[in-house]
Amino acid sequence: MFDDKKISQVRKERERWEQTTLPNWIKQCKERKSEFRNTSDIPIKRLYTPEDTEKLDYLEDLGFPGEYPFTRGVHATMYRGRFWTMRMFSGFGTSEQTNKRFKYLLKEGETGLSIAFDYPTIMGYDSDHPMGRGEVGICGVAVASLKDMEALLEGIPLDKVTTSMTINGPAAILLAMYVAVGDKQGVPREKLGGTTQNDNLKEYFAQKLCIYPPKPSVKLTTDIIEYCTRHLPRWNPISISGYHIREAGANAVQELAFTLYDGITYVESTLDRGLKVDDFAHRLSFFFASHNDFFEEVAKFRAARRLWAKLMKERFHAKNPRSMWMRMHIQTSGCTLTAQQPLNNIMRTTIQALAAVLGGTQSLHTNSFDEALCLPGEQAVRVALRTQQIIAHESGAANTIDPLAGSYYIEALTNEMEEKAMEYIQKVDDMGGAIAAIEKGFFQKEIADSSYKYQREVDEKKRVIVGVNDYKIEEEKLPIELLRIEPKVEKEQVANLQKLRRERDNRKVEEALSKLRRSAEKDENLMPPIIEAVKAYASLGEVCEVLRQIYGEYKELIVI
Amino acid sequence: MQKTRKIRVLIAKPGLDSHDRGAKVVARALRDAGMEVIYTGLRQTPEQIVETALQEDVDVIGLSILSGAHKTLFPRIMELLKKQGLTDVLVFAGGIIPEEDLSELKKEGIKEIFGPGTRTETIIQYVLNNLPKRD
Repeated sequence: MFDDKKISQVRKERERWEQTTLPNWIKQCKERKSEFRNTSDIPIKRLYTPEDTEKLDYLEDLGFPGEYPFTRGVHATMYRGRFWTMRMFSGFGTSEQTNKRFKYLLKEGETGLSIAFDYPTIMGYDSDHPMGRGEVGICGVAVASLKDMEALLEGIPLDKVTTSMTINGPAAILLAMYVAVGDKQGVPREKLGGTTQNDNLKEYFAQKLCIYPPKPSVKLTTDIIEYCTRHLPRWNPISISGYHIREAGANAVQELAFTLYDGITYVESTLDRGLKVDDFAHRLSFFFASHNDFFEEVAKFRAARRLWAKLMKERFHAKNPRSMWMRMHIQTSGCTLTAQQPLNNIMRTTIQALAAVLGGTQSLHTNSFDEALCLPGEQAVRVALRTQQIIAHESGAANTIDPLAGSYYIEALTNEMEEKAMEYIQKVDDMGGAIAAIEKGFFQKEIADSSYKYQREVDEKKRVIVGVNDYKIEEEKLPIELLRIEPKVEKEQVANLQKLRRERDNRKVEEALSKLRRSAEKDENLMPPIIEAVKAYASLGEVCEVLRQIYGEYKELIVI
Repeated sequence: MQKTRKIRVLIAKPGLDSHDRGAKVVARALRDAGMEVIYTGLRQTPEQIVETALQEDVDVIGLSILSGAHKTLFPRIMELLKKQGLTDVLVFAGGIIPEEDLSELKKEGIKEIFGPGTRTETIIQYVLNNLPKRD
C-alpha cells in the first residue's frame, strides 16, 4: 500500500529505532516474555509497521464491502443498514417451556430464533429410547414428532421470524417438521427462512454426534442442499461449522482450515448431483467461534471470507459474486467460560462479541455467564443479549464498515491466517479429501494435540486464566439461579409420545416409512418421503431407525 | 522386590453428550504420568462401562459427563459396580455438575468430583494418593 521509497525509509528508521531507542527501554523494563504467540502458534511481533503490509494490494486483497473478495464484508452497507441478527441459542424441557422462552426472547428484542435440541433428538432416538434415560429435555428441547414441533412453534409466524436449528444427523427430519408447520400456518414454502446446521462432516472429529457413517451422512447433507435449492429458496440448507472444531480444542487456523475444507467437500457433493455452483453456493452459510485473542479472531473472520471467495472463484469457477460470499454466524466461545467467579464471563463474552462484530458477522449468539455451571437462567440470558445491544447501540463499533482494516497488525495477521489455512487445505487435498482425513484420524489428532497443548499452558501458568490459575478468591455462594429440568419432563414427554403412537393412523405411518425405505435403497433424495412421514406423525426415532437399518451406525474412531 | 504393575485407569463417557475434550485431556495427562489408560469413547451405557472395568481389571474409573444426566447415570454405574464386586475400584468424576448434587453423588460412592478449571496435576496427585490397596 506504500511505494518502495517510503517503505525503505520506514525500514531504515525502524532499524535505527531498534538500535537506539529500544535497547534502553528494554534495559529498564524487560519484556514480559521472550516470545509472544497467539493460540495458532503464530509469533506476534513487537511492532507492526507499513513494512508488514508492503505486499498488500488494496484493490485486490481488500476491495470494497459487498464485492469480491469480500474481505471488508459481504454487504455494501454492513451495520449502517441493519445490525447483525441477534440470535440466542435456546431450548430446554418440553416444547411448551421452550416456546415460552422463545416468546420472552422475541419480546426482549431478539431478532431470530435458534433451537437447541436435547441429546436423544440430536442422536435420532425417540424420547422413550433406553439410550435417552435421564437426558430428555435436559440440554435442549425434546422433539420426537411433528406434534412437539407444532407446540414449539405455536404462535410464532414462520413468514416473519427466521429459525436456525442446530441439528445434523436428523436434520432432514427436523426441517421436514418445520416445513410441515409452515404448511399448516399457510406460509408459502418460498417464504420460509432459516438455517439447518446440517454439517455432518465436522461431527466425526469435533461435535461427535454422529449417527451414520460418513458417506451416507454426506448424502443426507447433500439431499437437503439439493432440496432447498429447488424448493426453499430462502432457507440456508447448511451452516458449515468451525465452532465445534474450535471448542473441541483446535486453534484458530485449524478451525478456519478444517471448516473451509468441509465446505469444499459439500460443494463437490452437490455438484455431483448435477446442480451448477451458481445455483446453490449463495445459500451456503458458515458458523465460527469467537475466542479470547481479540485480534486473532478478527483476522480469522476476514481471512475466512477472502479465502472462501477465492476458492469459489478459482477452484469451482463460480461466476455470480454471491456464490463467493461467505455469510457467517458467530458464537462466543463456550470453552473460555470459567466456573470460577462466573460474573467475569460477562467481560470475556463482551470482548469476543466485539471481535465478531468487528470481524463482520451476519448473526451472533452471546453466551450466558453461568454456562460453565448449568443451563443459562433467564437473567443470564438477558445480560448476554443486552451485551449485543450495547455493542450495537452504544459502542460505535457498528457505525463504519470494517474499521480495523488497514491496521498493520490486522492486515499482516489476516494474510498469515489465510496462508496457514491454505497449507492445511493442500495437505488434506493430498490426503484424498475430508472423508479420507477423518478415516485416518488426521483432524482428530490435530485437534487433540492442540487441546492438550492449551491445557498444559494453562496448567503451567504460561497462559493466565483469570480466576482459574491466577487472581483466585475464596468463592462465595454463586450469584446465579440454577435452571433445573424437573424429572417429570421426561415422564410427560414419554407419555405424550406413547399416546401419539396409539392415536395416530398407524397404517399411514407404516406406508410412509416403507416408502422412505424404498427411496433410500434407490438412493433418491430423501426429503420428500421424510416430509410425508413426519406429516403422518411418524416419530423422529422411527424415521432414523429406517435409515440406521440401511446405512448402519458409525463406530467412533478413538484418538486421544 | 516384585515390580509393581502400572496403575490401570478407565476414563469413561456415560450418556449421550459428546463433550470429550476434558476426558481426553485427562486420559492423556494420566498416561503421561505413567498410568495405563483405557478410554471408552463416547455414549457408553452403565452396563458397558462396568463390563469394560471388569474386563480391563482397572484400579480407577474416571467418569466424565456434561449433559446433566449424572443423577440418573452415576447411581446406576455404582450399583452395577457393586453387583460385580468391584467395590475397591476408586471412582472419580468430572464435568458440569452443580454443587448441590455433590453430596448426593458422594453418598453413592463417587469419591471425588472435579469441576471445570481443575489442573490435570491435581487429578494425577489425587489418583496417586487415593489408590485402592490391592493384594
